[in-house]
Amino acid sequence: MREVTSLAAVIVVAAATLGVGVFGLRVSRTTSDFFVASRRVGPFLNASAIGGEYLSAASFLGVAGVVLLRGVDMLWYPIGWTAGYLLLLVFVAAPLRRSGAYTLPDFAEFRVESQAARQVASWLVCLIGALYLVPQFEGAGLTLSAVTGAPTWVGAVLVAFVVLANVVAGGMRSITLVQAFQYWIKLCALLVPALILWVVWHHDGSPTRNLHSSDWVEPLQGPHATYLTYSLILATFLGTMGLPHVVVRFYTNPDGRSARRTTLAVLAMLSLFYLLPTAYGAFGRIYASDLVASGRTDSVVLELPDRVFGGSGAPLLTALLGAGAFAAFLSTSSGLVVSISGVLSQDVLSRRFGSVTGFRIGGVLAAGGALLLAAGTRGLPVAHAVELAFAVAASTFCPLLLLGIWWRGLTARGAIVGMVGGGILSGAAVLAVMVGAHAGGWPGALLAQPALATVPVAFALMVGVSLADRARIPLHVGRAMVRLHLPEAVDVDRGTYEPIA
Amino acid sequence: MTDEPVTRVRITSPRTLAARSRARRSNAAEIDALTRLGEVYVQSLMRAQLRLAGYVVLLLAATVGLLPVAFLVLPVDRLHLFGVPLPWLLLGVGVYPLLLTLAWWYVRRAEQNEAAFVDLVERREGPP
Repeated sequence: MREVTSLAAVIVVAAATLGVGVFGLRVSRTTSDFFVASRRVGPFLNASAIGGEYLSAASFLGVAGVVLLRGVDMLWYPIGWTAGYLLLLVFVAAPLRRSGAYTLPDFAEFRVESQAARQVASWLVCLIGALYLVPQFEGAGLTLSAVTGAPTWVGAVLVAFVVLANVVAGGMRSITLVQAFQYWIKLCALLVPALILWVVWHHDGSPTRNLHSSDWVEPLQGPHATYLTYSLILATFLGTMGLPHVVVRFYTNPDGRSARRTTLAVLAMLSLFYLLPTAYGAFGRIYASDLVASGRTDSVVLELPDRVFGGSGAPLLTALLGAGAFAAFLSTSSGLVVSISGVLSQDVLSRRFGSVTGFRIGGVLAAGGALLLAAGTRGLPVAHAVELAFAVAASTFCPLLLLGIWWRGLTARGAIVGMVGGGILSGAAVLAVMVGAHAGGWPGALLAQPALATVPVAFALMVGVSLADRARIPLHVGRAMVRLHLPEAVDVDRGTYEPIA
Repeated sequence: MTDEPVTRVRITSPRTLAARSRARRSNAAEIDALTRLGEVYVQSLMRAQLRLAGYVVLLLAATVGLLPVAFLVLPVDRLHLFGVPLPWLLLGVGVYPLLLTLAWWYVRRAEQNEAAFVDLVERREGPP
């Protein structure tokens, strides 16, 4: 019964996603449509789309799992993933939209006027995208096998297929609608069971068993806890602005002002959503604490309904949660595949294929490659790969954006050395985790949360090399600053930069 | 007498509006030509926006950013509010309204900065 209901719910979400995507197909025909939905998307729809795209498997399942496992310190994840948008708002949102760039490599090329910087940024988009995409596919496999008993590869292949069908068919326009739709699915899928759980918990006499153990309830537990917490804060606060699939969304705002308003709406939507995983973590502690011992805390969200009420309601709620989790995998994967294929089509394939064909081929390459990687790295801790993606983004694109937007002195060499240096240092931590290296003491802490060390190094490299290279400050930096910062209401010359030929 | 055609010369009082608007370039033209004056205009807007962003970051660092230190040095773990330990209440719920308030304040002030800039640039005439 439970398997059938859950499978039906997952199929409904996949079919609805495809349906909305096909609806979008009728309106997306030109290149501009494919990339940025022709920039006619309003703040509410756009914010829903950003929320839908951003709330991945890590948010939907992972946060509740780590809160159940490790307690209050883990609440910094959802805080950081939300506060990242505050920093994006105050430093990046409006100027990035005004730059007119479609992707981060576009921004690098526009600002430091260098093809080499563009190439480095393109490789980083692929690296961060893959780090983020592989765990989505793995999570999909685990979820489908948890709620229906299917083999783990089925979920990954299903997600890859739906995402690819959408991206290839409709491009960004359909993705915008799909993503917006998926934020609300995810919110409802988590909210409704949570309210029912709360009512039942209250009816039970509000039990608080297992909630009082001090290593779970008190902050800063374990060795190097203060360093780890601050490093996590830095990575998430600064990494959000450098995630390729988030940044691409800002181009669909009509102007800089609406880019800001969209970001404000995103903050509101994320704040609402992130109240829920904490509640699931705490309920899990009360009703499903055995998951900690069996190492299956990631499935706490999916297993709670069965634990709390075995009756006829449980399969329906499990199905709802499974559908929500699938919406999470689909939307985040779609966004990532769109941004990776955008980069591939512009920088690798455009010489051989037309822009739209290139975009489609790029999508196939991105999804297929990630699927192979997911098969090759099975057993990699899912949530940790996502964390490291934030650390890499914070150590590479964050300095590029902050210095590029606010400092005239940034040069192409500075940008390249900073991105490569930050990327190598944070990438080394990623590699260490992938090969399963374990280190104790400070080296272990540094590898687990590299951002507090690597972000300052990346900034220092970018500033230092740019200062040494002062003679090569980009020729059009004055015009670039006009374009980035002046409101659209002022009628001035904003330069001739066009991201797509 | 020369054979050159006499070009028509327009004589205006230097005190009229027409004379002044011709004599001075518009602010937008200064920005377009990237003259020193134009750069000053652009920089004034950038500084205003960066200062505002700095305030937001300072407020964020002084509140949310100090929470781990506060947990480290203060015995907050033993404090309860509505039956919930204070760190859980602050991190699970309390931080989000603060983030939203900061964001809302920033958007308002940033739009005011831009409106003031538009007024400044489009003002054709200085004070009389």
